[in-house]
Amino acid sequence: MFEAVAFYLFAFLTIAMFYITVTTKQALYALTALAAGMIFISAFFFILGADFLGVVQIIVYTGAVMALYAFGMMFFDTTREVKEKQGNKYIIVGLATLAAILVVVIFAAPMVSENIVALYPAMEGVGNTQMVGVVLFTKYLIPFEVAAIMLLVAMVAGIVLAGKKMDISLTLMSSDEIKENEEKNKKVLS
Amino acid sequence: MMEIGLNHYLVLSVILFCIGLVGVMRRKNLLLLFFATEILLNSVNIAFAAISHYYGDLTGQMFAFFVIAIAASEVAVGLGLLIVWYKRHNSIDLDAMTSMRG
Repeated sequence: MFEAVAFYLFAFLTIAMFYITVTTKQALYALTALAAGMIFISAFFFILGADFLGVVQIIVYTGAVMALYAFGMMFFDTTREVKEKQGNKYIIVGLATLAAILVVVIFAAPMVSENIVALYPAMEGVGNTQMVGVVLFTKYLIPFEVAAIMLLVAMVAGIVLAGKKMDISLTLMSSDEIKENEEKNKKVLS
Repeated sequence: MMEIGLNHYLVLSVILFCIGLVGVMRRKNLLLLFFATEILLNSVNIAFAAISHYYGDLTGQMFAFFVIAIAASEVAVGLGLLIVWYKRHNSIDLDAMTSMRG
């Protein structure tokens, strides 16, 4: 009973939040709605007993990813609206077809998957976090390391991409030098 | 009220995936395009966690972790590229991005 109420409540909230994200015209509303939706999704993980995943969802998504997006929004001129063309009929028809196919596949999937056995069955009396640690560091150690390297590469690439021409310190320059620099940058950029 | 089963979660995941697809298809602002891809990745994560729970198997949760890692690195690289683009063209409109000269 409690599970059903929680599921329907959070399902409604998540769908509403993500709907706002894809339809609103204000970038700030989209960002806050997306962050709220991420938090509500972590509730599903807690209901499903995947405690560690829920905590990671809150920390990584609403902590790190949303902070990055907020930084991006400060950087870009988001007060100016980007014009969005509306009403392409083919997109709507295609999306509706795709959605219908997906729902049919979802309902057909349990019939096909009757003979699935658990590869790493959950142990009795062991917490989720402990279990995740055991499986992650025994069976999935190499993918874990590869993911770590991928994150490092992405971080370095992000810094290199965003930090171009940031090797000068504006606080240590006089105003004349800053103006000179700006003109030089304008020439380079145009 | 009936018991919540695997199909409930899968249907929720499909609904969220379709919302994300709509966002990817009709958004012209690149930042909001990224938001829509986050929705896609999250809907898949829900499906992974639900399957993991109902089959008593931890592989689904592992895959969800790796999906989260990929999403994080995607944001880092994507935002860097977006900043470079914004510095050059002073706009993040998708329709302005028709040439691949960089």
